[in-house]
Amino acid sequence: MTLDPNPRAERQDEVAPGTKPAAEPETSEGPRFPRGSTTEVLGHEVTLTGLRAFYGESEAVKGVDLHFAPNKVTAMIGPSGCGKSTLVRCINRMHEEIPGARADGSVTLDDLDIYGADVDVVAVRRAIGMVFQKPNPFPTMSIFDNVAAGVRLTGAKADLKQVVERSLKGAGLWEEVKDRLNAPGIGLSGGQQQRLCIARTIAVEPEVIIMDEPCSALDPVATLKIEELIGELKKRYTIILVTHNMQQAGRVADSTAFMLTGEMVEFGETEKIFTNPDDQRTEDYVSGKFG
Amino acid sequence: MTTATLQPISARRRRTDQIARALLLIATLIALVPLALVLYFLIKKGIGTWTWHFFSTDPSGRFFGDPGGIKSAIVGTVLIVALASAIAVPIGIGVALYLVEYGKDSRFANVVRYFVDVLTGVPSIVFGLFIYIVLVLGGVGGNFAGWKGSIALALLMLPVVTRSAEVVLKLVPDSLREAALALGAPRWRVVARVVLPSAASGLVTGSLLAIARAAGETAPLLFTAFAVKATTFDLGGQMNSLPIQIFNDVRQAQDRLVERAWGAALTLVMMVLLLTLVARLIQRRSRFA
Repeated sequence: MTLDPNPRAERQDEVAPGTKPAAEPETSEGPRFPRGSTTEVLGHEVTLTGLRAFYGESEAVKGVDLHFAPNKVTAMIGPSGCGKSTLVRCINRMHEEIPGARADGSVTLDDLDIYGADVDVVAVRRAIGMVFQKPNPFPTMSIFDNVAAGVRLTGAKADLKQVVERSLKGAGLWEEVKDRLNAPGIGLSGGQQQRLCIARTIAVEPEVIIMDEPCSALDPVATLKIEELIGELKKRYTIILVTHNMQQAGRVADSTAFMLTGEMVEFGETEKIFTNPDDQRTEDYVSGKFG
Repeated sequence: MTTATLQPISARRRRTDQIARALLLIATLIALVPLALVLYFLIKKGIGTWTWHFFSTDPSGRFFGDPGGIKSAIVGTVLIVALASAIAVPIGIGVALYLVEYGKDSRFANVVRYFVDVLTGVPSIVFGLFIYIVLVLGGVGGNFAGWKGSIALALLMLPVVTRSAEVVLKLVPDSLREAALALGAPRWRVVARVVLPSAASGLVTGSLLAIARAAGETAPLLFTAFAVKATTFDLGGQMNSLPIQIFNDVRQAQDRLVERAWGAALTLVMMVLLLTLVARLIQRRSRFA
């Protein structure tokens, strides 16, 4: 076997994690958090009480109580169709965008009921950002415009250059794209597109970030990159991570919730869920007996 | 160990395949024949009339001497169709936006879709008659007028624009709408800054094809814009147009006038061809579809 001596191989768009460990924290600090000297910002908590979600007559989430702790990564695991995506889409009220879909029960962000009668759904989504399964940068926009889109779309006034640079640094993408900010966003690789979407999400400075299987369309190297990023992001944000990949939950999540057919079976410290779960169904799932 | 065997294609299947292919090819060729003949005769009979004089003078209406050209007809067609487009394109795209972004699968939206389909099949002469009765006989702003022709054409274009725009808007992936909504964008901004730009090339293409179709319509103008000989830029008065010019000329006993009809027909076809070509070029740049 011969090793490829070509050093450019390492300089492809997905740099292997760990090749520049020293540079990463430095670049993501500094201008990203202008308010204080520390990167730690107290996040916000989300509490679900008796949350039920419907598609027409069928009940996809059947009364779930759950607490997402601030500055923690909470993973939602479970087989396809168990309602985990539906559940998180209730948290930023994207669920109701689907015709015939509705939700019941309560979701609070700190003390605020986000289903309250006088709550503006647009404000909810500004506070609770979302990264989707498939990278979905806006195809008509450049890299710069994609990141700025959130600010422009919400009609906020801000120094866009500063916001874009800060967000791209926060998403670990700045070094790779800083020389081609005007190139189209869809020209990036899949992993870069997903980090672009993360940059776009943090550009509007949400309180909570929902990630709905953010790595399922990515290769392992790009996945690791995103997972490292999640570790960085939780210093500032509360993170809710839906994943199909149990190893991923094990790697990045502080606590893990296991769902099955619309019900929450078990919720606890990630380590406990994976090594010593209370419920037999959880044990069967995490040990790969089904799912 | 036995070697795997695959059954060879039977002679019968091979023959059936060849016959079926041949039939389909013949059908295609038959469909091309009238198209080729139309273009052939148009060019053969019409190209001879194409002189600068033909494009730069109005029909004289004199029985003897110079019959004049088709300038007023070209100007009239351009103006009438432009006004019709200015009416039909924004409304059509607006209806499509409502259907795709707001109405979705509601009962009202489906009723609208159904009537848009019905409207697509309404013969153009009916739109002409409708405007004739309501606006011309009704005497709204005089009798015959260019703008009334525009409205008749706009009615004709509206369902075509709506349907094509709806298809194009549906092609914009929902993931883009979701991405924008999840950023906390109000729906109108999602539509204005994400959906419409993403669909822009398709919307332009669909509109151009609708315009191309309207440009050749005779019946709606016959009852509404009528015809005058002189070039006019006043949409409030009677107006000449290419289809009406052709319609009037071919009924004349003089060969020179019939020739002018051929020349005008060739002009009209070339204008439509040009629009279609532009639509094709824009479509090629489209992101979806």
